Amino acid sequence: MRILTGNDLKTGFVTWWTGSDWSLHVEDAVDVTGKEDEIASREEAARRVNVPYAIDAELHEGSPRPAHIKDRVRALGPTVRQDLTLKPADPDIGNWVI
Amino acid sequence: MADLSSDPARLNLIRYRDDKPVDHGAVTVDAFLDQSNASAVRIEPGDDARELIPHLERLALVEVNFPAFGDGRGYSSAQILREAGYEGELRAVGDVLVDQVAYMRRCGFDAFDPDSALDADDLEAALNRWPEVYQKAADGRTPIWSKRHA
Amino acid sequence: MYLYDQYDQAMVDARVEEFRDQARRRLEGKLTEDQFKPLRLMNGLYLQLHAYMLRVAIPYGTLNSRQMHALADIADKYDRGYGHFTTRQNIQYNWIKLEDAADILADLAKVEMHAIQTSGNCIRNISSDHFAGAAADEVTDPRPYAELLRQWSSFHPEFSYLPRKFKIAVIASDHDRAAMRLHDIGIQIVERDGELGAKFYVGGGMGRTPMIAPCIREFVPLDQMVTYAEACLRVYNRQGRRDNKYKARIKILVHEMGAEEYAAAVEKEYEKLTEHPLDRVLEELERVRTFFEDPLFEQNAPETIDRSDPDFALWVDRNTVAHKAPGYVSAVISLKPVGGIPGDATSEQMRLMADLAKDYSFDELRVMHTQNIVLPHVRMADLHALWTALDEAGLGSPNLDTVEDIIACPGLDYCSLANARSIPVAQKISQRFAASGKTEALGQLKLKISGCINACGHHHAGHVGILGVDRKGVENYQLLLGGSEAEDVSLAKITGPGFDEEGIVDAVETAADVYLRERQDGERFLDTYRRIGMNPFKEALYG
Repeated sequence: MRILTGNDLKTGFVTWWTGSDWSLHVEDAVDVTGKEDEIASREEAARRVNVPYAIDAELHEGSPRPAHIKDRVRALGPTVRQDLTLKPADPDIGNWVI
Repeated sequence: MADLSSDPARLNLIRYRDDKPVDHGAVTVDAFLDQSNASAVRIEPGDDARELIPHLERLALVEVNFPAFGDGRGYSSAQILREAGYEGELRAVGDVLVDQVAYMRRCGFDAFDPDSALDADDLEAALNRWPEVYQKAADGRTPIWSKRHA
Repeated sequence: MYLYDQYDQAMVDARVEEFRDQARRRLEGKLTEDQFKPLRLMNGLYLQLHAYMLRVAIPYGTLNSRQMHALADIADKYDRGYGHFTTRQNIQYNWIKLEDAADILADLAKVEMHAIQTSGNCIRNISSDHFAGAAADEVTDPRPYAELLRQWSSFHPEFSYLPRKFKIAVIASDHDRAAMRLHDIGIQIVERDGELGAKFYVGGGMGRTPMIAPCIREFVPLDQMVTYAEACLRVYNRQGRRDNKYKARIKILVHEMGAEEYAAAVEKEYEKLTEHPLDRVLEELERVRTFFEDPLFEQNAPETIDRSDPDFALWVDRNTVAHKAPGYVSAVISLKPVGGIPGDATSEQMRLMADLAKDYSFDELRVMHTQNIVLPHVRMADLHALWTALDEAGLGSPNLDTVEDIIACPGLDYCSLANARSIPVAQKISQRFAASGKTEALGQLKLKISGCINACGHHHAGHVGILGVDRKGVENYQLLLGGSEAEDVSLAKITGPGFDEEGIVDAVETAADVYLRERQDGERFLDTYRRIGMNPFKEALYG
């Protein structure tokens, strides 16, 4: 599957396209195969997202998991500061990233 | 004499000079060096502005083209021509953005013909931005070092 | 410490308002991201892996306690309670909001700080010797020259859209503690016939094509130093490659032209520029120098240290450095706790370091390019009290220049350019050596890790270097040996095929063991490598 990501213009936070809006959580991302460019340019023009781009992902326990490690680190937060990630208390999160 | 304000290609032209603009198009540096009667020349980023120095007295307009705003060679071209004593119009053309005009003015540009019109308020703010300057440059502003030790 | 006058303050304040206006126009959609990007970069604002990142300039690495407190306050108010000290003596915050950025710059301006030109294709923050003004071996304090260049390069109208970024370092000692020859311009202030002048090295750098800068002029008179730098820059701005981002640094120009031809072009430009001499350079230099005069060192300060506490004695041996004033040392605060993140400091640690600088070091701190902090002027008699306070705060690691004192870039944990994580590798290596007890035996071993070919972690200049690469989506690490950023500058060479994360930790230990086996009296790791060459290491690594 292809999912769409970018950063919030004001806050810089990593966001994911949910089909109707942008979410901080990659689990909310939807498949945008074939519609990447259309959604990206529309949303960027409206400044609801900054520098959006599509990436490959696969379903993992029912949720999208980015195919590349860089996007997984982006989705979660720094692996060396789990307290600052979106899953500060999840003991298995390291396995999800690496 | 052409009325530039009615020239659709010159709608974005801003000049900080009192003399009348040159009424004919600028030629390339090569064409200028080949023929003797042109008084307007356009410098591309890769051109050597110093080639014009022997002919400054017959130049009334030098356009410096910025095909992309990030290509800063034109700033040196302008500075070099002013250092050599050129007093005619020095016009920045192309991808010229409002956030660049203050530095361009410092390098000696006194006219702008940007691809996209500059917002008048933003331009005013940009040109009034710097209360002082650190460097000596073609605009002749007194740098801070000179003021400190005047 | 240099202090702003009304001119410096007016310029920095104007810059804050300029950026506030630019950020507003970006948020309102009047600027596209492509147009805004170079403007925000010239104010240190990146869009990084997780958020905006702000890099704050610490000119020539010098700051006072008030400024360090302000950095701590920014970490708490606008970020997540910490900052990261960088290999160019700056500090970075990782979780900045665009809508806060102008307010942060305004807070910085209140303490005479800024983020001007900490990124972008312009002249970056000038770096220098972290022991400047304290070192016994310098001909003069290099910082006045760095400050002169800071002012000249700030908002430079001609050199703000260069082919690529441009980094300048200034030192004034034969001992290079600033990686001077790995800069776009490295300046060494030298003495000749009783006169000071500037020796120019141009075209060094790390990145994907590491180069050691050749000397292009032995001696530039002080009143001409800025003009000569201007000539170097103008030749680069006009002739540097713009067709390929990866070939746009000045090192490629100098390499392709040849150092002699580049030097000749600079001389020609310099000759023309001297027809338009700068005013008041020497007067300004004299004015700036007065800010860097020695503090009032105590006469006859005691030179004995009570070494009865072995932990303290070890820290003194490892982390203090000889000072020009009797009874004083420069003390290095390690930001490299075993298993920690190199260069990170919490806001509480920053405040403590600030307060200790005020109490024990004439209100002065320095950021080292090795991502540690220096208190430059500490009385030997105060060392125990200083160490006690540091140790309680987790800042007392006795590991300066050891294998635990690792330079690491933020890597894939934070950086959108990175191919592999650097920090976890650094953590595992420091843990491995601390646990094995070999750190002490290894002595000076400079280990530097970059998470991509851009080399922010200086891996080319490590006695041992590690380069993280992406091998089919998996992190992989190449080992390099034999680099140095110091006066014995050299570029490290790759040993062979890369390793996975566990494998690279083993490989570093294997290389260390070869050294321990092969070394002769007094040799550092680097000396042994230079004597015996790569082969014994290769055999041990790949057998």
